[in-house]
Amino acid sequence: MTDIKQTSDASASNSTPTHTIDIEALTRGRNTQQIADETSCLQIQDLNLFYGKKQALHNIDMLIPKQRVTAYIGPSGCGKSTLLRCINRMNDLVDGVRIDGQILLDDQNIYDKSVNVADLRRRVGMVFQKPNPFPKSIYENVAYGLRLQGVKDRRTMDHVVENALHSAALWDEVKDRLHDSAFGLSGGQQQRLVIARAVAIEPEVLLLDEPASALDPISTLKIEELIYELKNKYTIVIVTHNMQQAARVSDYTAFMYMGKLIEYADTNTLFTNPDQKQTEDYITGRYG
Amino acid sequence: MIKQWFKSGSPWIWLTASAVSVSLILVFGLLLLIAARGLGHFWPATVWEYDYKNQDNSVIRLIGEVHDEESVGVQRLREAGLTIEGDADVTRYLLKTGNRDVLGQDFRWVLKPAIQEMRTPETLMAVERREWGNLYGYLDAVQENQQTVTVGKSAWESLQQRLQRATALFAQIRALEKNEIGSINYGLERLRLRERSLELENNTDPAKRESIKQERAALNADYADLQQRLMDLYSAINRDQMIVTVSTGETVTVPLAKVVHAYQPNAMSLFDKLGFYMAKVWEFVSDEPREANTEGGIFPAIFGTVMMVIIMSIMVVPFGVIAAVYLREYAKQGPMTQLIRVAVNNLAGVPSIVYGVFGLGFFVYFLGGNLDQLFFPEALPTPTFGTPGLMWASLTLALLTVPVVIVATEEGLSRIPKSVREGSLALGATKAETLWRTVLPMASPAIMTGLILAIARAAGEVAPLMLVGVVKLAPSLPLDGNMPFLHLDRKFMHLGFHIYDVGFQSPNVEAARPLVYATALLLVLVIVALNLAAIAIRNRLREKYRALEN
Repeated sequence: MTDIKQTSDASASNSTPTHTIDIEALTRGRNTQQIADETSCLQIQDLNLFYGKKQALHNIDMLIPKQRVTAYIGPSGCGKSTLLRCINRMNDLVDGVRIDGQILLDDQNIYDKSVNVADLRRRVGMVFQKPNPFPKSIYENVAYGLRLQGVKDRRTMDHVVENALHSAALWDEVKDRLHDSAFGLSGGQQQRLVIARAVAIEPEVLLLDEPASALDPISTLKIEELIYELKNKYTIVIVTHNMQQAARVSDYTAFMYMGKLIEYADTNTLFTNPDQKQTEDYITGRYG
Repeated sequence: MIKQWFKSGSPWIWLTASAVSVSLILVFGLLLLIAARGLGHFWPATVWEYDYKNQDNSVIRLIGEVHDEESVGVQRLREAGLTIEGDADVTRYLLKTGNRDVLGQDFRWVLKPAIQEMRTPETLMAVERREWGNLYGYLDAVQENQQTVTVGKSAWESLQQRLQRATALFAQIRALEKNEIGSINYGLERLRLRERSLELENNTDPAKRESIKQERAALNADYADLQQRLMDLYSAINRDQMIVTVSTGETVTVPLAKVVHAYQPNAMSLFDKLGFYMAKVWEFVSDEPREANTEGGIFPAIFGTVMMVIIMSIMVVPFGVIAAVYLREYAKQGPMTQLIRVAVNNLAGVPSIVYGVFGLGFFVYFLGGNLDQLFFPEALPTPTFGTPGLMWASLTLALLTVPVVIVATEEGLSRIPKSVREGSLALGATKAETLWRTVLPMASPAIMTGLILAIARAAGEVAPLMLVGVVKLAPSLPLDGNMPFLHLDRKFMHLGFHIYDVGFQSPNVEAARPLVYATALLLVLVIVALNLAAIAIRNRLREKYRALEN
């Protein structure tokens, strides 16, 4: 077992040396060691977000482990979606937003001025709550990201599209109608199509913003199975309202409240033996 | 009971339905009116022969088609100097007597009571000519090379045969003059311009001058050949002529080269008349105008109108869409953009003649003048672009209709759900890529709506065009076989202006009225066709991009 402090020093010296990570503050759970042991993919450092004068995120410090599923839970308005959208800089689209702090993706601050946002979003993909396929055919939806990158060869595209649809467990259902409109699919199928579209460009991280909340239970189950498969290749961060889903699907869970990170630990510990009282109250349903 | 009916909402249904019905009735009523008045123009009318008692009690023979009928008060006639018996209103006919070369005028009024006898002889002939308008009379004989060949009954068949031959020859002559000789002239003109530009550059290179001389010699040789062919054709077509007796008893010699149609309307069966009608309608749509736009066809006007609308569309759509995209997507939403939007909306209310004046001053004189100085100095002082023409007319109308396109496009862009944009951005697309690949295609039905409204407005505007490019009679079409094929500096004809010209600048306004209606009908049909095409495209786009059901 490596010493905690050592690990933190090591990671601090590898990253931009402006902020030393306080592991205690970082992972408020008992198995901080477990998270620190994982290879980190993303490091959120002292993140503060302001909508005009109103502060929405307060001093968020977090390590997101590579090729694991991390879930954000918390009551409505606690900032979990906002935090998620910070990771691929989608909040830049909102007027009047100000962000302090850093998010390091593979040791590079994504909020640095020199960063190409479009490139970042290719590496960090996102799936939204309501399925939003483009008004094109199923094939064209999945191939959209490829065309953006300039892929023209038909055979390569066919190959990648097929793989992506397999990964999203949608291939068997659509293989005979690839060139039909995407709107002909059901809600659950559309969401899987969107996931296929996101993985077609082979990102490093997948951000899922309540991906199953607009779907029926069977589709939800399918999506959850999908997440379980996808984590072998991608780092997944999922925001969910549904605690049971978080418990089923994630490896690590973070509980947020009023823009602050209250507790962050491996899922088992957080749900069976939470450290903070607020967490326990939320989980047991006393408020939320 | 009444209260119940009101409460049930029925009055609203009746009100809205009747509003729609009134609109439809107005539209179809208008179409029917101009159709009825205009399409009757092509029907071969009966030619009458009257024994007419003049004011001085002498009886003369009158021949012609009845164009109009009206009832006039006796007082008015008396004031005009006529002596009438009785006090009842008098009916009078507008008789198209034709024979302007003999009688001096095409039309005259005849008083019905003064007509002693009316006849419709079968052998009475109506002749449409290329000059001097229509001719009415009896066919006496057909002559070839000044020798009488046939007379009497068989003259008619002989006439029709020879007329067919003459018409074919005439088409050949026209084709030769317009196309082949036309391009030689065009080539010679280009050579002259090249020579002039060499002069302006003070270029004394003998090789260049030599090559110009050679090309000119070649063209002149071609021209000599064509001239010869033309002479042959002319002598062939001038071989035949016919002798006709007109109402006054005089005989007139009409060369068949000058005849378009010769027919005996009183002897035609319904089937014949229908055939004639179809032929005339086709001629109306495909032929060129004659007789100061009162006879012949209006093809150049149709062509000019459609060409101008197409060029205007090509200019207005990119301009309007880009402006709308900037206003909605890139500009910071604040008082400045609001001001710009208000200005754009107000631009739509400016009277079109003001656009015409602006077009004339800025586009024609300023821009066109400078273009001439820079690119066409050899043609000066004859202006190339420094004069009204197709390009400036299309540009002026594009400016006129751009507010509509901007507003429609902005409206379309605002309706695109944020989720689609976010989806595209989340895949690593830049804003421009998102716009080009996803947002603009989804907004294309709205853009088409803007285009439809723009076409509807521009195709009907006449006032600005009179200042920036439309003429009464254009010598050639803006699209022909000579490089650069599309001549944007040429003046063109326009259906709207044609209606004005025929309706108000004709020798006899009342007689030209059916032609006005016919042209108006055609203008409406052209616009309807353009609109239907655009609507069909828009419907297909709508199906394709049915928005997410949010």
